[in-house]
Amino acid sequence: MAPEMHTVAPAPGKGRHSADSNQALDVSSLPTYAFSHRSLMWWGTFGMMLIEGTVFGLMVFSYFYLASHADVWPMSRYAPDLAWGTLNTAVMIASAFPNHWAKRAAEAQDLRKVRGWLLACMMFSFLFLAIRVLEFRHLNVAWDSNAYGSAVWLLLGLHTVHLITDTVDSLVLTVLMFYEPVGGKSYVDVSENGLYWYFVVFTWLPIYAVIYLVPRWIAS
Amino acid sequence: MVALMAWENPSPADAALPTAAHNALAPAGPQAAHIAGLWYLIVGVCGIVFTLVLLAVLYAIWRAPRATETTPAALHDDNPRIRRSVVWAVIVSTALLILLTVASIATDRVLAGLSLTDAIHIDITAHQWWWEARYDDAQPSNRFTTANEIHIPVGKPVILTLKSDDVIHSLWVPNLAGKKDLIPGRTATLTLQADREGDYRGQCAEFCGYQHSYMAFLLRADVPARYQAWLEAQRQPAAQSAAALESRGRQVFLGGNCAMCHAIEGTGAGGRHGPDLTHLASRESIAAGTLANTPENLARWISDPQAIKPGANMPPTDLPPDDLQALVAYLSSLP
Amino acid sequence: MQKHNAHQPLDQAAQLEQTWRDPPGLPGWFAAINHKSIGKRFIYTTFLFFFLGVAIAGVMRLQLAVPQNSLIGPDLYNQLFTMHGSTMMFLFAVPVMQAMAVYFVPLMIGARSIAFPRLNAFAYWVYLFGGLMLYGAFLLNTGPDAGWFGYVPLAGADYSPGKRVDFWAQMITFTELSALLEAVILITTVFKLRAPGMSLNRIPLFVWSMLVTSFMVVFAMPAVMLGSTALLLDRLVGTHFYNPAEGGDALLWQHLFWFFGHPEVYLIFIPGLGFLSSIIATFARRPIYGYPAMVLSLITTGFLSFGLWVHHMFATNLPELGKSFFTAASMMIAIPSAVQIYCWIATLWTGRLNLKTPLLFALAFFFILVLGGMTGLMLASVPLDLQVHDTYFVVAHLHYVLLGGAIFPLFGAVYYWFPKLTGRLLDERLGRLQFWLFFIGFNVTFFPMHQLGIQGMPRRIYAYAAETGWGPLNFIASCGTLLIVASLACFLANILRSRRSGMAAGDNPWGAGTLEWATASPPPAANFIRLPVVHGQEPLWDMQRHLSEHGQIPSPSYVEGVAANFRQVLATTPLDACPDSRPQFPEPSYWPFLCALATTGLFIGSIFTPWAVVWGSLPVACAMIAWFWPRHVDRVTHAEQEYRSDGA
Repeated sequence: MAPEMHTVAPAPGKGRHSADSNQALDVSSLPTYAFSHRSLMWWGTFGMMLIEGTVFGLMVFSYFYLASHADVWPMSRYAPDLAWGTLNTAVMIASAFPNHWAKRAAEAQDLRKVRGWLLACMMFSFLFLAIRVLEFRHLNVAWDSNAYGSAVWLLLGLHTVHLITDTVDSLVLTVLMFYEPVGGKSYVDVSENGLYWYFVVFTWLPIYAVIYLVPRWIAS
Repeated sequence: MVALMAWENPSPADAALPTAAHNALAPAGPQAAHIAGLWYLIVGVCGIVFTLVLLAVLYAIWRAPRATETTPAALHDDNPRIRRSVVWAVIVSTALLILLTVASIATDRVLAGLSLTDAIHIDITAHQWWWEARYDDAQPSNRFTTANEIHIPVGKPVILTLKSDDVIHSLWVPNLAGKKDLIPGRTATLTLQADREGDYRGQCAEFCGYQHSYMAFLLRADVPARYQAWLEAQRQPAAQSAAALESRGRQVFLGGNCAMCHAIEGTGAGGRHGPDLTHLASRESIAAGTLANTPENLARWISDPQAIKPGANMPPTDLPPDDLQALVAYLSSLP
Repeated sequence: MQKHNAHQPLDQAAQLEQTWRDPPGLPGWFAAINHKSIGKRFIYTTFLFFFLGVAIAGVMRLQLAVPQNSLIGPDLYNQLFTMHGSTMMFLFAVPVMQAMAVYFVPLMIGARSIAFPRLNAFAYWVYLFGGLMLYGAFLLNTGPDAGWFGYVPLAGADYSPGKRVDFWAQMITFTELSALLEAVILITTVFKLRAPGMSLNRIPLFVWSMLVTSFMVVFAMPAVMLGSTALLLDRLVGTHFYNPAEGGDALLWQHLFWFFGHPEVYLIFIPGLGFLSSIIATFARRPIYGYPAMVLSLITTGFLSFGLWVHHMFATNLPELGKSFFTAASMMIAIPSAVQIYCWIATLWTGRLNLKTPLLFALAFFFILVLGGMTGLMLASVPLDLQVHDTYFVVAHLHYVLLGGAIFPLFGAVYYWFPKLTGRLLDERLGRLQFWLFFIGFNVTFFPMHQLGIQGMPRRIYAYAAETGWGPLNFIASCGTLLIVASLACFLANILRSRRSGMAAGDNPWGAGTLEWATASPPPAANFIRLPVVHGQEPLWDMQRHLSEHGQIPSPSYVEGVAANFRQVLATTPLDACPDSRPQFPEPSYWPFLCALATTGLFIGSIFTPWAVVWGSLPVACAMIAWFWPRHVDRVTHAEQEYRSDGA
């Protein structure tokens, strides 16, 4: 957000006081909503991202912990097939673009563009969810075969839960954008949803490396 | 709450168990002695600091003037003497903590440095809720297995190789050394040495289910000659009494369920789910240090182990009184 | 002058009350979102679980009073000690601190409300349902029996068949979900809703302690949630995370559990430090000595607490070098605690003391916690730990630390803040009686346990042979329990009596300096009729001093321009607390309650079939969408009230 917005607020003690009483700090000129870290929603989203990032980190730790105790890794000898996972990585990275434009449009409160870009995001959502199904089918191991299989399934499963919740969130917001009047708070929600989308996409990159590349590195 | 009624009176012993020492501060070997030394150092340092902190608090309470809710709060009083005292207290505390850390790590090194030349090797496998001990030897015929009673010679290092058959257990003989976990899928070792002859009590220290409470064992440190004699005796197959009662008991043992789980060398009974009974009568107690090894207790245990150790894996054995008597006589004849 | 609120015209007070109060009646009770209603329920519920936990402990002490006691068998005993540990750690100690924070943090920072009030209500309901589920299972003889630490493989499907451990693991999901949400709520509240002028260096120490605690929750609790989820998967769908036969590892659970479990101890202890700082400042009639050192110590403790978890695993076969590192880290965490203890002593030394019950409980800390800290140093040392680990020595240690560090301060805090909650003071004589009974009873109960541990008594045993010689000390310990029970009876009697007929408290019965005392007791629905502006660390004392030195209170003293006719709050900047925006907060709603019900259905259902995750998520999603969806009338009024200052 534009940094000059921070200067809108009067500092206590030197702010404007209302005329009838010099004991009052008048804040009636302050906005009723704001974007980025000025919004409470940003802090809530930030907290959730810290929590979920920790979960992913611990899951990756568990993966390597189990690998360090195994003689053969992957235990089932075949690493997951690269094709679908790599394609999905490309799709997710591509989805960052409509997401970026939807976020920008929300912050500019351009309803027409917000609707358009959110719809584009939804297309990407359904695409990567569909490919995710194929990813599961090409892991080359079942969750109950061995500890390696369990770890891979849980890691991919956890990320998939995030894809699904993010898709549902975005879907709800997209629908909401078609109910007028659309308030400023809703634009803030779209903007924070965009932040969360980035989180879901960019946490995928290390997870992709762990699921698809690490078994190949360890094996070779 | 329903479970309140689920178990009978589990009260186990009526004949007294043999007494065995169990006190971490009565060391009978070098490992426990080093730890006890560290204990006294830390207790000393901590005791002094604790006393000083308490005295400071009490003095502060004594000297500070009394106030009520309406006493105006004092907002400025940066007293340089107070600041100096706080800073010095923190510096001294830090120095003491470093001292304790160094002492602890040094003790650790000393413990790890126990000389292991001529060490005795014993493989311990923990089971819910008893201990299996296998004495290794270069000569296969000299190897043997026993349970819940470990003998070691005085003055010689012992390497215990620790494994678990089911859940996590922890082996602990307070008078000799610290404890070590027995974790399924992993192997650990514990080294200890006894310098004083005696009976030492050990017990499982990691919660392991229903009978965690009654999973004890006896560790006997003997002079080398007596230890050697015990070793020789344990290496023999089971005694074969010719007496009629004992022979009948042997039939009961081999013909019933007992042999499915218990082994008696020289009889063909080779079950490994329960303790090896080849020299049962040589042991001081039964049921993992729960009951004194008397014929009455043996009979009680065989006929209804669940009344003594609820949840134990040994099923009740419903025998006619004559058979039970013969079985007990047989087991009591296995020195 | 502390009551400058009273000058405000009544109609604004009435208007605010109208705007911010929860809907009336029983139906309204389920829609309540005011942080004070939720906080109060939260506190009462946590204390209910506390009393249940104590009752369970009483039964255990009865069983252990004499050797070979046949009162209860291992099946029930194992459930009891598991329930006691799980109740105290998951259903009491952490939630009670968050519950106190839910009530008091918004008041202490001069806010109208807690952030995300609906989420706050949801977090409470989820916690409540998780606790009820665990006790429901216990009453149906399906109480967990693998210990509060649930070590695998004992807690795995092979050695704990049935549903007992599943209910336990799912209880963790409930309580940790609640705790994580509360952590996010509190972080947001502290960073965005402080009164103008309350810059970081003026935040009350209790609020600091809850901020540090919340960050610790964020990083610690995911570990146990992940661990217990993997445990449930192992048990229910045949994964092999902890199964060594298929490449899993039993110690993975211990790493995950203690990566949570050790910070857990500190996130019980750190709020206790916050209580102490509040109480000691007020009753020594001066601000806490060395505020910056206190804050830095809290933060350092929070960081270091993540570097100690392996000291719970010294008896496993981990590499020795690593253990030395954890010894050093575990010793060094004593330094920030020492800094705080010396600062408090300096505060007492230079203060003027008002020796009331809250201060007594605070002073007990110096005996009990410090002794527990000393035994903690012994546990940090690998060689000593190997002797006393998993013995009654540790039972003694942990009770000294947790009761000394958290429960004594908590009781002090209850005596301190009860007047704010109810408008009435607790009885001082009953309070002193409770204190001495508790102090003596506690030491009689737990001090002998040190010796029992040295004498080889392991933890978690339901009985012991007479020949062990542990009988007499156990008997003394059990007698001490009677004193503790008597003390808690005094406490209950005091609460029940005083909430009706206690002495009227007024706004600020202790003459304290922080903002929660600047409003009525109990506070109005909107907390403050006029939102305060802060000019120092102890705003009320600063105001007094300013008045006596300059003949007037510092200006500006209150905020104007925040609407009273709808739920508008003032958001400030995270560091300097400059006024920043005036967001609108949501209205009361049934949806958090319904959503928690749906979540409960999903969690409990998934104990029985993994498909519950699929069909159970539909009601949850529907409830969440309904919760989120703005009513048309709200959208229209919002649009009218909205104002964005940069002209967009």
